[in-house]
Amino acid sequence: MTVAGFDAARLARHQARKRTNRVALVLSLAAMAFGVFWLVWILVETVRLGIGGIVLATFTEMTPPPQAETGGLANAIFGSAVMVSLATLIGTPIGILAGIYLAEYGQKGWLGSVTRFINDILLSAPSIVIGLFIYSAVVARFKSFSAWAGVLALSLIVIPVVVRTTENMLSLIPNALREAAYALGTPKWKVIMLITLKSARAGVITGVLLAVARIAGETAPLLFTALSNQFWTSNLAEPMASLPVTIFKFAMSPYENWQKLAWAGVFLITLGVLGLNILARVMFRNKH
Amino acid sequence: MTASLPTGASLQEMPIERTGSPGSPPPARRFSRWPDVVFSGLALGAAWLTLALLAGIIGSLVVGAMPAIREYGLSFLWRAEWDPVQDRYGGLVMIYGTLMSSFIALLIAVPVSFGIALFLTELSPNWLKRPLGTAIELLAAVPSIVYGMWGLLVFGPLLAQYVQQPLQAAFGGVPFFGQLFKGAPVGLGLLSAGIILAIMVIPFIASVMRDVFEVTPPMLKESAYGLGATTWEVVYKVVLPYTKTGVIGGIMLGLGRALGETMAVTFVIGNMNQLDSLSLFEAANSITSALANEFAEAGEGLHQASLIYLGLILFFITFVVLTLSKLLLLRLKRNEGVRS
Repeated sequence: MTVAGFDAARLARHQARKRTNRVALVLSLAAMAFGVFWLVWILVETVRLGIGGIVLATFTEMTPPPQAETGGLANAIFGSAVMVSLATLIGTPIGILAGIYLAEYGQKGWLGSVTRFINDILLSAPSIVIGLFIYSAVVARFKSFSAWAGVLALSLIVIPVVVRTTENMLSLIPNALREAAYALGTPKWKVIMLITLKSARAGVITGVLLAVARIAGETAPLLFTALSNQFWTSNLAEPMASLPVTIFKFAMSPYENWQKLAWAGVFLITLGVLGLNILARVMFRNKH
Repeated sequence: MTASLPTGASLQEMPIERTGSPGSPPPARRFSRWPDVVFSGLALGAAWLTLALLAGIIGSLVVGAMPAIREYGLSFLWRAEWDPVQDRYGGLVMIYGTLMSSFIALLIAVPVSFGIALFLTELSPNWLKRPLGTAIELLAAVPSIVYGMWGLLVFGPLLAQYVQQPLQAAFGGVPFFGQLFKGAPVGLGLLSAGIILAIMVIPFIASVMRDVFEVTPPMLKESAYGLGATTWEVVYKVVLPYTKTGVIGGIMLGLGRALGETMAVTFVIGNMNQLDSLSLFEAANSITSALANEFAEAGEGLHQASLIYLGLILFFITFVVLTLSKLLLLRLKRNEGVRS
């Protein structure tokens, strides 16, 4: 091979490598655009189709029968609010305590690592299976669908989320802080409650907010626990309507008024869930 | 100045309180042990509760599915019949639907997530990294019911018109391959479910990939750049081999999510128990959508037990997939050495 031929071959290879690189980078840019495109599209459609349903009646009137003139989502919104807050109240303390165990007591032992592992799996486990579990454990035993069952199902989804963030946030606290407190003779529970947990507060609250955002949109675990209810009820022993289940029922129906309310519900839920997510992020960022 | 003098004087005069006799050290502060015991007990209990939760889920599913397990045993897995009227059940259609829709989802989501992670770690200007990363993560935050309704009423019709009909026109006549595109192009079925699942799992896979790409030691990348490698070569030949286990772990995590996703799939898969054709356009069914649609109405007995059996199978598959994912990610973490 002549020197010129050798150079030409090298040049060609160089060109080919540059071309591959350029193609890959353009594709990567396209993938990014692809991802953002769906988010924008979904948000735009949700706003476009949902904003029309945001009138006062949506918040004050009950879910209507098919083809009624009026009607709103008041009982569904109320039901969602009740079940989500109760589930958060039940799930958060348990989750924080388990997170404390993982970060402060069980860093080494087998129970700590097994719990950490199982918790991560529960975090991604299908939520409909949680619904099945509560159905067999609660609904089948008491022979009735009830809001309590829905609350329990949702709180089981809260726990792994809170455990995960609490543990992560607590392990970010420098050990010197703990040692300083111990050196002053502080008992362990006080060190945890007043020093480490307090320092990790912003992160823990972020976790709780994310958990609330997660369960506010959960439908599957409510389908056969809290079921749904066409009327206003504040009795937790009865089936209770919730926003996601109502949306599911209304969206699958052929009735125009139901579909319109479903879009309004979707708009509310998206707004709430994304709002909570952004709030959690902002809070966390300000602290760290 | 004058005001501060008296305080200084009074400080000096302040008697030092001592409870013990003069000359001996102060007694140790005493506090009772029990708050500590109670607190650690509570924390331990909460940890055990998490474990008990898993045991409870598995236990209750096995008990609930017992009638169906006793009736069909493992043959439930390959029986295609699902007939509530004659009370005969088999899970093949749903299991196929779940696996196939998740497979389509991964086919789309893995390359896209890789592209996104590549963009966020190597290409994006710094000021864009955070907003774009947040946008992708918000995609994971959108409730699945929103995906479902959007998929059914907005995306499905468009998919039918602009993707399914042209595909049918182009490949409908091709033997065997054409089988995949038979049926009415209405925007429901495995293909729609797969695409929507892909959008839903992209954020999970992309964020794991981004995280593991970022732990690649800069020294490795800089050496490759120093030798004249292009960005693509650095990512494909240095970063990717280094983070291989993490990347697979991320894909597994996405798969676990896709398998268990309920509402979005229920809306668009069509809910038809058929396996007559392998068409991706025909209405099908998945484990999760069968549960969502039928469980509340199923009478006690074999129908309900069979549905719980399906739930057990789903939980088993996702459990295995997520365990694999976790183990792979842990292995990468261990290779990092001191980083935690």
